Amino acid sequence: MEQFELAEVVERYLSGEMGPEEKHAFEEMRKNNPELDQTVVEYHYFLEQMGRYGEIRRFKSNLYDTHHTLQESGEIKDLELTTGTRIINMWNKYRRVVAVAASIAGITALFISGMMTIFTPKTPFRDIEELRRKVSNLEKQSSNQSAEFNKFKTKIAPGSDVKFGGTSFMIDPKGYLVTSAHVLKGAKKVYVQSILGEDFLAEIIHQDANSDIAVIKINDQDFESPKQLPYGFTRLQTDLSEAVYTLGYPKDEIVYNEGYLSARTGLEGDTMSCQITITANPGNSGGPVFNKNGEVIGILNARQASANGVVFATKSKNIFQLVETLKEADKDINIKLRNTSSIRGINRSHQVKKVQDHVYMVKVVLG
Amino acid sequence: MAITEQELGVFKAIGNNDKAAIEVVYKENYSLIQHFVVNNNGTEDDARDIFQEAMMVLYEKSRLPEFELTCQIRTYLYSVCRRLWLKKLQHSRRIETQVENFDRIVQVEDDIEEHDKLNLQYQTMRTAMGKIGEPCKSLIEAFYVHRKNMLEIAGFFGYTNADNAKNQKYKCLVRLKKLFFAQYKNA
Repeated sequence: MEQFELAEVVERYLSGEMGPEEKHAFEEMRKNNPELDQTVVEYHYFLEQMGRYGEIRRFKSNLYDTHHTLQESGEIKDLELTTGTRIINMWNKYRRVVAVAASIAGITALFISGMMTIFTPKTPFRDIEELRRKVSNLEKQSSNQSAEFNKFKTKIAPGSDVKFGGTSFMIDPKGYLVTSAHVLKGAKKVYVQSILGEDFLAEIIHQDANSDIAVIKINDQDFESPKQLPYGFTRLQTDLSEAVYTLGYPKDEIVYNEGYLSARTGLEGDTMSCQITITANPGNSGGPVFNKNGEVIGILNARQASANGVVFATKSKNIFQLVETLKEADKDINIKLRNTSSIRGINRSHQVKKVQDHVYMVKVVLG
Repeated sequence: MAITEQELGVFKAIGNNDKAAIEVVYKENYSLIQHFVVNNNGTEDDARDIFQEAMMVLYEKSRLPEFELTCQIRTYLYSVCRRLWLKKLQHSRRIETQVENFDRIVQVEDDIEEHDKLNLQYQTMRTAMGKIGEPCKSLIEAFYVHRKNMLEIAGFFGYTNADNAKNQKYKCLVRLKKLFFAQYKNA
């Protein structure tokens, strides 16, 4: 008997699904065959554990859901911190350690990015189609529709040459966002548009063509920073075939897509990015790639022109590196990447609801 | 203190994974635990994690026929959270382990020790599940966690019929059992 057939028989026996005759015969076999007996004992323990595992998972998922529901209804609220002084004490205590750690990290980051510049092969752009989107015609459309939708007036001066659209998402509640560097190519001014259609003026903090990441900051008096971002960022390698999803602006409204990680490296073995099989269109560039826990694993940046559904994403660890380098270079930049996600465990549509407020459309004004 | 019938009913319902009961306990007790953790060097996420772990302890106890609830759920939960949080603080040596008291407490050391044992078993299975890879992981989860039947599973994973899905499930189960016992011996 094959192993898996044995597993079936044992499970039927243990769950009491066997008829009396079959059961009797099986018990006889068990008596005369110590090896079989041992296997049954093992399965008994294993299946018990499996059952318990399932029960705990179901209970945990109910806990997460309840927490989420109560948070939505406002019955659970974040507390105002009263422990500020203690945190300052801790900061004083550990300041030296932090400083040493930060400078080591900074030096390493600079060294690595230096090495990268030297060794990275020039990306062959022929085969790659960047996912930015021409929005000038959409702008025209939206101005026609503005009579209906003028809840938020666009701040972009009429007649401006708005060229490309992409997606960006927040990495720090203070208004820092990341997007793909190529989205901003040739930009004179950058605006980001929230899911509610509100435009905010943003300034470019840094563009890194090598990793194709740009950091921008919303610099607009109408912008209200959120208290906290619901998602975190992970440096960990994502497993092949793990499910991922993205939000972006391939059209004038936010669009959700899901897929899976298909390779750990990008085009021609590029280790800074990874390959994802997902539907992405021009305009998705700069969008976040989330894993099932609601952690950002990368930024969508390009797709292979010759293959359908193959998309590349810059890995999240490049965001960490870039942020470290920026903080090293300019003390005023205070970006903190959250490493825990508070939407872990809740179902996908609830995750998306929480995340979508922090994903913005990028509009680039060329002149 | 006398425990009302209603309280006992809620306690039993928790063991049956009853969503309404979970919500009742959550609503009545979360803010106490939240204040306790956040005012004792914790974050909002810590508060959620500690509360949910205490709910797991409550769930485990409720499933034991021999366990008898001798205090109010609120007192029990608070005692467990306090103990868990102290352990965590000690572990991370973040601060001297003095915490402010928010409510009366009962002895829960043994309960938590038992919970740690059960948790270790759960983690063993979790690690094994983490190593098995796709599609086995999703298939086994669909059956044992989400309680889908073989016909639904066959449809979802694209098997031609329920029997094929069943064979695949058992093949996965054999592999998972090996991984589980390998992990079990290490633990």
